[in-house]
Amino acid sequence: MRKKINRGDLSFHILGNLVIWFVAIMCVLPFLLLVSGSFSQEADITLYGFTVIPKNFSLDAYRYLLSSPGKIISGYKASLIVTVIGTCVGLFVTAMTGYVLARKEFLLADKFAFFIYFTTLFSGGLLPYYMLMVRYLQLKNTWFALILPGLLGPFNIIIMKNFVKGIPHEICESALVDGAGEFQIFTKLYLPIMKPALATVGMFIALAYWNNWSNSMLYADRESLHSLQYILYRMSNGLANIADNPDAALSEVSIMPTQTVKMAMTIIATGPIILLYPLVQKYFVQGMTVGAVKG
Amino acid sequence: MKKKKRKGELWKNTVKYRQLVWMALPALLYFAIFSYVPMYGVILAFKRYNFADGIWGSPWNGLANFEFFYKSGKMVTLTGHTFFYNIIFIVVNTIANVSLAVFLSETVMAARVRKILQSMSLLPYFISWVICSIIFYNLFNYDYGVINNLITSLGGEAIHVYGSPNGWPYILTAANLWKDIGYGSIVYLAACKGIDPNLYEAAAIDGAGIWKRIRFVTIPMLKPTVVTMTLLSLGRIMRGNFEMFYQLVGQNTRIIQKTDIIDTYVFRAVLDGTDYGLTAAVGLYQSLICCVMIMAVNKLIKMYDPDYALF
Repeated sequence: MRKKINRGDLSFHILGNLVIWFVAIMCVLPFLLLVSGSFSQEADITLYGFTVIPKNFSLDAYRYLLSSPGKIISGYKASLIVTVIGTCVGLFVTAMTGYVLARKEFLLADKFAFFIYFTTLFSGGLLPYYMLMVRYLQLKNTWFALILPGLLGPFNIIIMKNFVKGIPHEICESALVDGAGEFQIFTKLYLPIMKPALATVGMFIALAYWNNWSNSMLYADRESLHSLQYILYRMSNGLANIADNPDAALSEVSIMPTQTVKMAMTIIATGPIILLYPLVQKYFVQGMTVGAVKG
Repeated sequence: MKKKKRKGELWKNTVKYRQLVWMALPALLYFAIFSYVPMYGVILAFKRYNFADGIWGSPWNGLANFEFFYKSGKMVTLTGHTFFYNIIFIVVNTIANVSLAVFLSETVMAARVRKILQSMSLLPYFISWVICSIIFYNLFNYDYGVINNLITSLGGEAIHVYGSPNGWPYILTAANLWKDIGYGSIVYLAACKGIDPNLYEAAAIDGAGIWKRIRFVTIPMLKPTVVTMTLLSLGRIMRGNFEMFYQLVGQNTRIIQKTDIIDTYVFRAVLDGTDYGLTAAVGLYQSLICCVMIMAVNKLIKMYDPDYALF
């Protein structure tokens, strides 16, 4: 578009390049340090500290972790179960609710919308919520306690509603004339069109579940329910050993590699997100512009 | 008479669209149970709770919980921290996000490089605060943190970051910016792309260089988005960035004096389970201020641009 750069503009483009590169590098560099640390020898870290490139490449930390992978597998399992079920159910209900709220000819839609939005205005706070979950619904140490908080959010419903509003209304009208049911219209006609919004909101929901640690902390004593992030949290705060297996400590690794193991565990816990996020980014940027700003 | 007619109309309409009622039901039930039922729990704030009697049976004690919250000095410090940290975050992040968006949309750069760099800046948004806290520990820890490594290798004195509370407002501001910049700039980037190219052409014909174009076209065109986003964050000013504060500071009692916000205080109190009445009072206090703030902000938005009003 602007092929020629005048001399006066040159300073801007140089500055712009510097700023963008700087931000991008700063955002990734700390994570690279972590990756490098996880491939370092424990002794190097205590001697020289963390470096961008490992002084002596080593797989000790990963070997140590994988020698007794019980906790990692259980964490992955818990996180996956919660994320998959929570995202599927949450996304479907969010989309369905957005569809209903976007229907102007349905007079109750506005009242329903207010009922939902009001919860962003006033809330009982964490304590009453906690007591409801633990004392009255008796959900402590159940999967429900990890899935139900965060299943639906008013802002996600708003995004869906705004997206549906942008779909030509004739689609729905003609289908109604043909005698199709509302649920059918929603699943057969609207859901396929709603893909960009589904991707965006689905990512919001999935990310919140995957990165969650506080629900495990509040609602789960049973270790099989601990999410990967919570296991990582306990580990990094010295509340738990990653390897309960006493054999692992006695095997070829003579010193317990605490720092490198912590970092290797961090990399393992981030894993799927690093692989997935460049893929969903497209939808994400697209969907953000659809209805995130406008309430 | 008229009201009756409208009521009849509403009923007829509801019957006609009863399928939609069924479809909305799961969400309505969810919010009724998990948002409205806990609202009744705020009566705990006016009670001296004991486990045996439960919420209803425990004796009332008027405003004693609030009084204690105030007299303990916690009310002032917690409110101050929550408020001021958020103000700093809003100012710093808005400036940084807008600048990055403007640079991303205006700088001459190969399209693929730009895309990759933007992806890179989004990385922190996708990482959990647990992982961020480990990253920050690796950067700042006294014995082998990267930053102390750098300082000592340059002949300086290592800094005891986790033992000196005074630096933490800066660290938290930086951490908050780091996590948010890629994500936060997306909204402004979209706004930049929405600017009518004719405006730029007109400016170019008038002989304006890129600096002038940005100053007189881009920035004014971004203003509505900036105002809306800022007002929205002002509405949440009493809700702190709980995950960040809890993960980065944790239970470090020396630093907590400078960084404790309402959300972390309530979370710890819930885990300890000691004084439920007081905890409920703090929660209610936070909710009420939030409510007032959002109402005020909504009024401001309505005055500014009714299209952006929340309700």
